[in-house]
Amino acid sequence: MADQLLSISGLSAGTEDKPILHDINLSVGAGETHVLMGPNGAGKSTLGHVIMGDASYQVTSGSIVFDGQDVTAQAADRRSLAGIFLSYQAPVEVPGVPLYSFLRTICQMRPELKTSARKFRERIARISDQLDLDESFLTRELNVGFSGGEKKKIEMLQLLLLRPKLAILDETDSGLDVDALAVVSRGIEAYRADCDGALLVITHNTRILERLSVDHAHVMVKGRLVAEGPASLIDEIDAQGFGRFEGAGEKAEA
Amino acid sequence: MSETTTPELDERGRSKVADVDRSLYDFKKPEEGYERYGDGLTPDIVRAISAKKDEPAWMLEMRLKALEVYHERAMSPNWGPDISGLDLDHISTYVSPQTKQAQSWDEVPEDIKDTFERLGIPAAERESLAGVGAQYDSEIVYHNMREEVAKQGVVYTTIEDALHDPKWEPVVHEYFGTLIPMRDHKFAALHYAVWSGGSFVYVPAGIRLDYPLQSYFRLNASGAGQFEHTLIVVEPGADLHFIEGCSAPKYFEANLHAGAVELFVKDGARLRYSTIENWSKNMYNLNTKRATVGAGSKMEWVSGSFGSHVSYLYPTTILQGARSTCEFTGITFAGATQDLDTGCKVILNGADTTASIDTKSISKDGGINTFRSSVVIGRHAERARASVSCQSLMLDDISRSDTIPAMDVRCGSASVGHEATIGRISDDTVLYLMSRGCSEAEARSMVVNGFASPVSKELPLEYAVEMNNLIKLEMEGAIG
Repeated sequence: MADQLLSISGLSAGTEDKPILHDINLSVGAGETHVLMGPNGAGKSTLGHVIMGDASYQVTSGSIVFDGQDVTAQAADRRSLAGIFLSYQAPVEVPGVPLYSFLRTICQMRPELKTSARKFRERIARISDQLDLDESFLTRELNVGFSGGEKKKIEMLQLLLLRPKLAILDETDSGLDVDALAVVSRGIEAYRADCDGALLVITHNTRILERLSVDHAHVMVKGRLVAEGPASLIDEIDAQGFGRFEGAGEKAEA
Repeated sequence: MSETTTPELDERGRSKVADVDRSLYDFKKPEEGYERYGDGLTPDIVRAISAKKDEPAWMLEMRLKALEVYHERAMSPNWGPDISGLDLDHISTYVSPQTKQAQSWDEVPEDIKDTFERLGIPAAERESLAGVGAQYDSEIVYHNMREEVAKQGVVYTTIEDALHDPKWEPVVHEYFGTLIPMRDHKFAALHYAVWSGGSFVYVPAGIRLDYPLQSYFRLNASGAGQFEHTLIVVEPGADLHFIEGCSAPKYFEANLHAGAVELFVKDGARLRYSTIENWSKNMYNLNTKRATVGAGSKMEWVSGSFGSHVSYLYPTTILQGARSTCEFTGITFAGATQDLDTGCKVILNGADTTASIDTKSISKDGGINTFRSSVVIGRHAERARASVSCQSLMLDDISRSDTIPAMDVRCGSASVGHEATIGRISDDTVLYLMSRGCSEAEARSMVVNGFASPVSKELPLEYAVEMNNLIKLEMEGAIG
């Protein structure tokens, strides 16, 4: 498994009073695109957050190895600097922090992205253009007063700026209108093309996947991975729903 | 900033820093050879201060009268933070460096000059100020103003000097002590008995200053008081931005600051009064500030308070003239051992007057913030409007934040509004910022700086930078 970018083995995790994830095994190779699907409440977002290092969840067993390093005990900032990125379903508003200086700060702290003010400005301009993002956004406060679609664009902007090795997109498509969805899809494509990074797309809407070439699909039910397969699995789910997997989740639990 | 060593960890593995690094402010200079009057307060000390300043008879009478009032009054205030640690019998009311007031930094004694250089005052003067006054303990050691400003008839000097000028002595006499009467409270009486230093500013009608004037107050002596008096008259149609900065090194003995600020803003004028206060945490800051505002005029307060052990501070604005306005923007930061009782008072007397009060407070490590606001709308203040907003940020479970708004509305056509929120830094926010590479400490100070930014945006640049640095210092190592 030395060639795997992300290897999760035997991972169980949850909150203090409630186990959520059970014995997860999942591997993502460099540059691969994986999709994680499942009904609401299956634990998909939790898995995304646990990979990122969200301290509100505790890992009770198993390990997460990223890029050859065991990151199971690492805090989120260390994982971010190592190359993991999580695009949030509901990005947090941070009043009083100007978006532009925030973006500058998170780039300057990475040796590989450190650059002059002028070159940085040019990079931002190029990416904003790719995402159809009005540059007046950059003077506003981080995510404050942005619409759902605008917030997702800001997430894509950070994704393209930070060039992570692995991007986890948590329901990035939820609540977007057709135009915004098209922009986000363009952002994901740009990430695949420019950064050659791996993707783990968490979704229950297959439309965002139409323009992506998916390598593997995973199905999660009740905190367990119950099926894994090629891209054709997505079409199957599209046609039949999760019904046939739900029994599997219960069986596994029993 | 000095090198940080490996922080001590508490039982939950969080780093713990006993006291923040205040080395930027926390340097002491010897007071050898200084003139220091005995502790406590007697008519002899008051006479000695007055004689040294060679004051007109009316000022000495006023001082002696104030001393009587001071002795008559019971120890007060008795409704806010505890001030029992303040033993007035052991506070020196007058400590003077033995130097003449200079107009050039080269004439200021080396150690005092070094103090102000480390605080960045001469550099700011060269770059962005119209004039500077610098007070060290009880006396102003430096005062200077750009020539072109002086040519416009602007006066920026000490009250002592103004009292020796036949042209300005009657002006000081007319205004001094009229807005804050000596009977206001015990510490106002104390102030008038022993006041020393401060500034007198006079801006003639129609003159608008392009650059601010700035006074910096430094209390170097231990166990001493600073009692400066600031008197500003802005004549009709004139415009002034005045900045005051205060700091002191830390001592174990209590220090006292009981200054008075009297601001007279005439019709159609504007005054912006900015303060950044970073007294050390042994300071009792019992300061009184008041402004009276004429028709169509504007009074703006911008205030950042970080220091002192105990503060009682409620700048007051009297909107006397019709259509006058008051804007108050303030922030207080209370850490360990700090009990800061601050706020703002506005009295709206004129018709169509407006007041907007916007304050923020940050509490951590057991610090206590109490915000008191008082809005009084008089009987004749038709259509007056006032809004008060108070936001508090608590950084842990052991700190405290209270909001005590008072409103007294005596005019039917007036309207008032009040909102208060108390919040914490959410885990979601910290995670979001950490997942973009910020450390937990960086994430927290980013949130706190963001919270404070509506105030820092209003401060002059070098003070905004200083305030951000102060927040960073206060936040460093404060994880959990």
